[in-house]
Amino acid sequence: MKWILVTLMVVATVLSDLLQSHEMKRAGRQSVDARGLMRLLREIARRRFLILAIGCMAVSFFSFMALVQTEPLSFAVPASATSFVLETLLAKVVLRERIGMRRAVGAGIVLCGVILVGG
Amino acid sequence: MPAKTKPGAILRVWGILFLFIALKAAGNLSLAWGMKHFPLVMSANPIPYIQAMFNPFVALGVVALILALLIRMALLSLADLSYVLPVTAVGYVIAAFMGKTFLSEVVSGQRWLGTILIFAGAALVSSTAPSTTGSQAK
Repeated sequence: MKWILVTLMVVATVLSDLLQSHEMKRAGRQSVDARGLMRLLREIARRRFLILAIGCMAVSFFSFMALVQTEPLSFAVPASATSFVLETLLAKVVLRERIGMRRAVGAGIVLCGVILVGG
Repeated sequence: MPAKTKPGAILRVWGILFLFIALKAAGNLSLAWGMKHFPLVMSANPIPYIQAMFNPFVALGVVALILALLIRMALLSLADLSYVLPVTAVGYVIAAFMGKTFLSEVVSGQRWLGTILIFAGAALVSSTAPSTTGSQAK
């Protein structure tokens, strides 16, 4: 069950990040002042992929809640780092970003760490 | 961060970084404590999740995590993502420490090693200089 929850949490986090990245690139540069945040809220209401991204964030958070109820915190938090691995993979495949050697090695080290934490 | 930054600004960034890491750690701990003491078992049914939000420790955890998210946003307006993310990756190690200290979790040598590897790997991934939409627009 713990790996199902980890998978759900990680997939939802990564989906949310990808949807946000995709939509925010289309929305253009944003500012973080009060007017900018209002504009951002309007963008969220207008763009269905951003609403879907928030839904994914909620799924990820609820999965984390369920995970920490039954599993140790020392497993749940480090295991959430699996998102680095999936994000790197999907950034390459879906967003067609260039992945440097450093990022690829880092993602590999994270994967080894998660295997050890879960073992 | 730019190469020539005033010492006061560096201290401010480190202060906010510390606040973010502390809030995130406290939020995770409070949430975990509340959930472990919550009587209903979580399932696909959304009702218990909403009920859990009314547990004081879970609510405190959620508030701390939301505050941490807002502080992180503010932090990103002061310092580069490639500077912030590797530092905040220490949160994985802190979570293991919190679990052992406050939740009496048994953290084996293998789990410590895995956590250190995750910290190192996450810091390495995060320290990769991000390409920006600004440079693409040129």
